Amino acid sequence: MKFGVVVFPGTWSDKDCFYVIDQVLHQPVEYIWHKDTDLTGFDCIILPGGFSYGDYLRCGAIARFSPVMKSVEAFANAGGLVYGICNGFQILCESGLLPGVLIRNDHLQFRCEWTSLRIENSDSPFTSKAEAGQVISVPISHGEGNYFADSATLDEIEKNNQVIFRYSSPEGCIDRENNPNGSLNNIAGITNREGNVLGMMPHPERCCDPLLGSTDGEVIFRSISDTLLKVTS
Amino acid sequence: MIVERLGREPNHLELGLFGSLWSEHCGYKHSKPLLKMFMSDNPRLLVNPGDENAGVVDIGEGLAIVFKVESHNHPSAIEPYEGAATGVGGIVRDIFAMGARPIALLNSLRFGSIDKPHNRYLFDGVVSGISGYGNCIGIPNVGGEVVFAESYTGNPLVNAMCIGILRQEDMTRATTGGEGNLLVLVGSGTGRDGIHGASGLASRTFDDDRELRPTVQVGNPFLEKVLIEACLEAAASGRLVGLQDLGAAGLTSAAVECAANGNSGIQLDIDKVPRRDTGMEPYEVMLSETQERMLLTVSSEHLDFIRAIFDKWDVECSVIGKTTNTLRTEIFEDGVLKGDLPVDILTDPPLYVIDSIRPSYLDELQSFDWDTIDIPSEGPTETLLKILRSPNISSKHPVFRQYDHQVQTNTVIAPGNDASLIRIKGTTKGLAASTDGNGRLCYLNPYIGGIIAVAEACRNVSCTGANPIALTNCLNFGNPEKPEVYYQLENCVRGMAHASEAFESPVVSGNVSLYNETRDQAIYPTPVIGAVGLTENVGKNCDIGFKNEGDVVFLLGAESFQEPVSTLSGSEYLEVIHGKVAGNPTIDLEMEIKVQKTCRSLIGANLLNSAHDCSDGGLAVALAESCISGGLGLKASLPDVERWDVALFGERQSRIIVSFSPEHLERFDLICSENNVPSIQIGMVEARSFTIEGLVDLDVSKISDTWHNALEVVDLSY
Repeated sequence: MKFGVVVFPGTWSDKDCFYVIDQVLHQPVEYIWHKDTDLTGFDCIILPGGFSYGDYLRCGAIARFSPVMKSVEAFANAGGLVYGICNGFQILCESGLLPGVLIRNDHLQFRCEWTSLRIENSDSPFTSKAEAGQVISVPISHGEGNYFADSATLDEIEKNNQVIFRYSSPEGCIDRENNPNGSLNNIAGITNREGNVLGMMPHPERCCDPLLGSTDGEVIFRSISDTLLKVTS
Repeated sequence: MIVERLGREPNHLELGLFGSLWSEHCGYKHSKPLLKMFMSDNPRLLVNPGDENAGVVDIGEGLAIVFKVESHNHPSAIEPYEGAATGVGGIVRDIFAMGARPIALLNSLRFGSIDKPHNRYLFDGVVSGISGYGNCIGIPNVGGEVVFAESYTGNPLVNAMCIGILRQEDMTRATTGGEGNLLVLVGSGTGRDGIHGASGLASRTFDDDRELRPTVQVGNPFLEKVLIEACLEAAASGRLVGLQDLGAAGLTSAAVECAANGNSGIQLDIDKVPRRDTGMEPYEVMLSETQERMLLTVSSEHLDFIRAIFDKWDVECSVIGKTTNTLRTEIFEDGVLKGDLPVDILTDPPLYVIDSIRPSYLDELQSFDWDTIDIPSEGPTETLLKILRSPNISSKHPVFRQYDHQVQTNTVIAPGNDASLIRIKGTTKGLAASTDGNGRLCYLNPYIGGIIAVAEACRNVSCTGANPIALTNCLNFGNPEKPEVYYQLENCVRGMAHASEAFESPVVSGNVSLYNETRDQAIYPTPVIGAVGLTENVGKNCDIGFKNEGDVVFLLGAESFQEPVSTLSGSEYLEVIHGKVAGNPTIDLEMEIKVQKTCRSLIGANLLNSAHDCSDGGLAVALAESCISGGLGLKASLPDVERWDVALFGERQSRIIVSFSPEHLERFDLICSENNVPSIQIGMVEARSFTIEGLVDLDVSKISDTWHNALEVVDLSY
């Protein structure tokens, strides 16, 4: 099994994701430069957080044209696991690999703080080691994480159980008070219809170490490696 | 003076070079003689401050740190968003110019009273600017402080600090490395922005800001981010001779400083400088302060290798000149010599020592008649709530949550504590950092205020368990040509230098921001101290929050709760409740050092569950903060006090609130007595109520809401 972490100019969670896979999961991992196009040998591609190309246009709108993204699209269409975190989620939406879009937080400010996430679907390859309904504590760090989709799209992703994470209270209550950015239906993370592409705004790579206050993010990375182990064995 | 030393009249371009390099901002004309007071010999110092952008501090295992704080006060007064943003950008370049990866940012901010709309506008703009720039470049913003006082109206203070880490062998220097090397400019195209930033903006007072807006630069954080990566890759390759950032006075100061350090001359072909504006004069190119540019010195054999790195990151990279053996700065445009000056004259501005005069207000304020301060009739509970609501004391969460404080996944203790703590991956080490200043105390007693500023910054670091090892500072003062202001400057520096020696923490870098005056009114003298501490075992640390019901709570550094009324000097209580800034602050430096050492020993022995510096707002506020942070209550009693206002809100220095399990009482007592430090029990951690016997009885949720919502409530009324 091998993970790849894509580096766009302006990416900054690349090293954080690399560290978790290397030092916590103890699995092989390599960086993938955004101008590279050969994804042979990788089993999971991570698009990390940051401000690709400065995000001076809509977030992710330029990165989707990076050479690597054509290959990521082909990789996803062939069933490979693609995981976008924060800016990675925005890029996946911009490139059409995930439905909907991320717009400016409703309060118009950047937010870096801990949120509670209720895991809505534990059948996904990204949450297979979690329990449905389980609440995990994961920080957010974004200015444009307000998930939006037209009502037909929203109905469809809800119906297909594509919503994997929702912002909630620590007890798992989904309400306006526990929505840090105005996302429709408190959506924090979704998959594509096929379930092999996940995007989420919160940063699980920031909570995989007791020294940093939480290890709740590990369940996602461990689910992925567990899924890959089953596939490759 | 220039004509005398040069032997001729300088031309327009040459005069521009002198104007910038001999400005206070670059030349430290009024402050250099004072800065010599700072101790700078210490076994940890690998490079002396003054030789480089910042001193380099050895932290063991082949690693070193560099850090510095710098002001962007005047740009922020004129254009708060871009002023603050480019302040962050500038300090970050100072750090990676030394080959260090930036790992933490902190900010010390000061504004006038928050209920005035213009101050609110500046506050919102500055915070958004720091957030907008800092979040984009992937460096955690781990802490700082926000203070409001009337004296900063119209002249906010925006001091940004950056810490970087490097492998000692990767260190780069700002030098030309002698003759025969190439000068390479990388990063942004040069424009007309920020011309005269150093001489016109940072080195004068101002009343009407409208004409000055074009002197503020505009930041491009994305370019900064790729510039960091490309420059660090180049530095790690070992093929750079020199690396220097373009800050105040742009290309002029970067090139001339490198030449001075490399003991060489330089020849610049300024037509080779990439532009983003047309028709620029040599004068404009030399003095532009366009952001996100760095100057490299490269030997010709390595040029292609270095160029390939910048190509990879899509960063522009141009050879703009070479180093010579002439010891002169020669500026050519299309082969025509436009300016020719000796390097040594440019880097040797005249120094001024002003005869200081003790300001007359000091006697009046220091001999304040305490009998005029009545005990508030509204009682202790209402008084406490009022102070918790004051903008200086209330939660700064609405600010910090706009900053990414976690990226790089090293933040062990987050903003909202006394100091922040970051781990160093691959080691068991951690670094604690705090920025502190207290303009009010420095105003009341510049010398003691200077000592207290250092003591408090170090105390904050000690409360995490880390040992303060080095300091940086930013001196924010009024017009030094006024003898009274110079007195404040001189005495604050004396106090800081004295404390720095006492703590054996050298001052490794610094910055001076003078002429902070609006309509002839100087700001409070405000030295801001950045303290960095080292712990060898990052797992053994403390934050401020109470942890467990039943833990005992002690006050370290006191044997009773009875304090003299003069400990209200310069306190938040005196200003908020009585509308007065008066008194004469004091500190027992010997006790201070012992208290801090004891706190570190207690944390190192794994005894403590929390440690919190008792400072702004006094004991009651510090206790409330430990409760709010831990989500727990407290049952306390303060027996034998004459005046409850002094006991609850007095601000005597050298006190730390600690909590621990009662089973550790004996070891606690032992360590305190070994260090000859007094302590007294305050009470015990409880579930939900915050009670101080006979004085205060509140629910923790009430104090928490009051404290948390104060700044946000102001937000809504804006």
